[in-house]
Amino acid sequence: MINGGIVACFPHLANYAYAFKYICEKGFEVKYLIPPPISKKTLELGSKNSPDYVCSPFKYSMGCFLEALDSGANCLMQIYGGCRLNYYGELNATILRDMGYKFEFFDMAAVDWHSRKSVFENFRKINPEMSIVKVGLAIPVTLKIIETLDKFEDFIRRNVGFEVNDGEFDATYKEFLGRLENLSGGKELKILKKAYWRKLNSIKLNKPAGTIKVGFVGDYFTVQEPFSNYFMEKELAKFGMEVYRRMNITCSVIHKENKKKRKIAKKYAKYNLGATANCTVAEAIEFAKAGCAGIIQVKSFGCTPEIDVMPILQNVSRDFNIPVLHFSFDSQTSETGVKTRLEAFYDMVEARSGK
Amino acid sequence: MKIGIPRALLYFKNEKFWTTYFDEIGVEYIVSPETNKEILTKGENLAIDETCLPTKLLLGHIDWLIGKCDYIFIPRVAFHRGYEMCTKFLAQTDLVSNVFRDRDIKLLFYNVGDKKIYRERKAVIKMGKFLKVKRSQRKYAYIMAKQAQQYFEMFREQNQEKVLQESSRTKILLVAHSYNVGDKYVGEPVINMIKSLGCEPIIAEYMDEMKCIRASHEVSENMPWAYNRHLLGAIELLKDKVDGIILLTTFPCGTDSMVNEFIVRKYKHKPVMTLTVDSQDGSAGMETRIESFIDIIQLRKEKV
Repeated sequence: MINGGIVACFPHLANYAYAFKYICEKGFEVKYLIPPPISKKTLELGSKNSPDYVCSPFKYSMGCFLEALDSGANCLMQIYGGCRLNYYGELNATILRDMGYKFEFFDMAAVDWHSRKSVFENFRKINPEMSIVKVGLAIPVTLKIIETLDKFEDFIRRNVGFEVNDGEFDATYKEFLGRLENLSGGKELKILKKAYWRKLNSIKLNKPAGTIKVGFVGDYFTVQEPFSNYFMEKELAKFGMEVYRRMNITCSVIHKENKKKRKIAKKYAKYNLGATANCTVAEAIEFAKAGCAGIIQVKSFGCTPEIDVMPILQNVSRDFNIPVLHFSFDSQTSETGVKTRLEAFYDMVEARSGK
Repeated sequence: MKIGIPRALLYFKNEKFWTTYFDEIGVEYIVSPETNKEILTKGENLAIDETCLPTKLLLGHIDWLIGKCDYIFIPRVAFHRGYEMCTKFLAQTDLVSNVFRDRDIKLLFYNVGDKKIYRERKAVIKMGKFLKVKRSQRKYAYIMAKQAQQYFEMFREQNQEKVLQESSRTKILLVAHSYNVGDKYVGEPVINMIKSLGCEPIIAEYMDEMKCIRASHEVSENMPWAYNRHLLGAIELLKDKVDGIILLTTFPCGTDSMVNEFIVRKYKHKPVMTLTVDSQDGSAGMETRIESFIDIIQLRKEKV
C-alpha cells in the first residue's frame, strides 16, 4: 500500500528521475513527485537562495527542492560523493528550514553504509512503515532501469546527428520515458526495452563513413545534466559529430569502473584526486586512444577536483596530440558565447582531421 | 641531499612537526621565504585562473624552490583525525608534478591515504625509509617531532587564553584556515589592521584541535572536513567570549563557500562579517570594511 501522506523527491539528474520514482513507489511505498523540469526559473530560484560561489550543482538542487516543495513534496533526498557533495545535504536542509519550509530530509552522506542498523534507521526516515524486503526487491529493477536509460542515451548520442527525419530519436525516446513513468515491474521493463531498442535501431540514418568523434568528459553533474551544459551534446550532434561519454551511473555506480579508470590514469595521477577527477583523466586518455578528434571538458564553476584536472588534461593533450576544450559553467554563462566557442572548436577539429 | 619545503598550505599546520623531523633525522632542508609579490605573480601565471589563492601561492613557492634543492616535499593528506580534507590536499602532489612536468623536479612523496589512526606515522616512517634513515632513528624522530608540534600548539593556545581573560579591549575572533592566517599576504594584513584599530585579534586556528572538533558536533551533524570542523568548534567554544567574528576566506575556497553560509545562519545573534581575499591587490577596501565592522561592534557595546 502506498503511504499517501509522504511525497518524496530527488533533485533532477538527467532522466534518472524515472528510476528514483520506481524505487520510491515500489520499494519504499511512498508517492514520488518528479520535480518540474529544470528551467531558467529553477536556476534563478536556486542561485538566489544559495551562497555566492558554491558550485552550480548545489544551485540546481536548491532550485529543484524549492520547486518541488511548492508543488507538494515533503520528503527530500540528497546524494553524496567525494567532494563538496558530501556537505550538500546539511546545507540544503539548513537553508530550506530557515526559509520556513517543513519537510523530512534523507541525507545519504549521513548514512554509515557499512552498518546495517544505520542504513535501516535512515531508510525509515523516508517511510516509517517501510518493508526492507520490498526495497530489496525493487533495487535490481531500479538498476536495470538506469542501465536501460544509459544504453539508450549512449546510442542516441552517437546517432542523433545523422537521422534522416529530424526529431525522430527524441520523439521515440520521449515515448519510452512516458511508458516508464508508470512501470509495474521487471517484466514490463524487459518488454519495453526490447520493443524500443528495436524502434531506435530501425530509425533511418544517413551516416557517412569517416565521421568526427568527440569525447565528452567532466564533473559528475554537469556532464550528465543536459540543461547545465546548455544541451551541448545536442549542439555537437547538430554539427554532425559522434559524441562519446563514459560518465554515467551505469559506469560509475553499477559497474564500478572507477578502480579500472584510476589504473589507466596512473601515468598522470599517482593518487586519487577526489570525486570524478581520475575518471576524467582516464576517459580523456581512452578517447584519445580510440581515435577521437577532440575532447571537451565541462565543469561547474569552482569545481575543485576538475580544476586540478585541467593541467593534467593539458599534458594529455600534448602527449596524444589531441585538442582539449575547457568549459566552465556558472549560473550566468551566456549561450551565444558557448555556441561560438563550439563552432570554433568544430572548425578546428574538422581542419585537423582533413589533413 | 637537500629538501625544499614550500611555505604554503599544510606547512602552516605542521611547521614544527616537519622541521623537527628533518632536523632529527639529519637531513638538510630549506623553507621558501614568506610570500611576496614575486612569488604571488609567479604562482598566478602558473595556475589555472579558477584555482584558489592558496594553491596559486603553493605553485609560486615551488617555483622559487626549483634549482635550490634536490627534492621538493609535497605532502598528500586525504584524512585528518578521521575526517575528510578538501580535495586540494588530495590532489596537490599530482597537480605539482603535472604543472612542473617539463622543469624536471623530483618530489618527496608523503601520503596519508586513509582513515586509519596510525596512517600518519606510517607515512612519515615510510618517507624516512626513502631518505635512507636508520629504523630506530626514524621512530625516534617521529616521536620528537610530534612532541615539538604539540608543545608549540599548547603554548600558543595558552598565550591566547591569557589574552582572552586579561585583555579588556574589544575582541575579534578571526576565523580562517591555518594557511590563510599564517600567510604574509593573506592573513597578516588583516591581523595588523585589527590590532591597529585597538582591538584584540583572537585566532580560531590557535585553539586546541581535538577540543574544537568535539565541540563542533553540537552544531553540525555531518560536516565532512576536519579543518572546517576545527574552526566551527572554535566559534562554538568562544562565541560568548568575543565581541565579533570575522570569517576570512580566499577566493574561491571550496569548503568555505558552504561552511561560511552555514556559520552565518547558525550564529545570527553574533555580528559576523565575511572577508574574501583575492589575488588582486589593494587593501583599502578591506580596511574600510574592518573599520566599519569594528565601529558597529563598539557602538553596540556602548549601548549595552
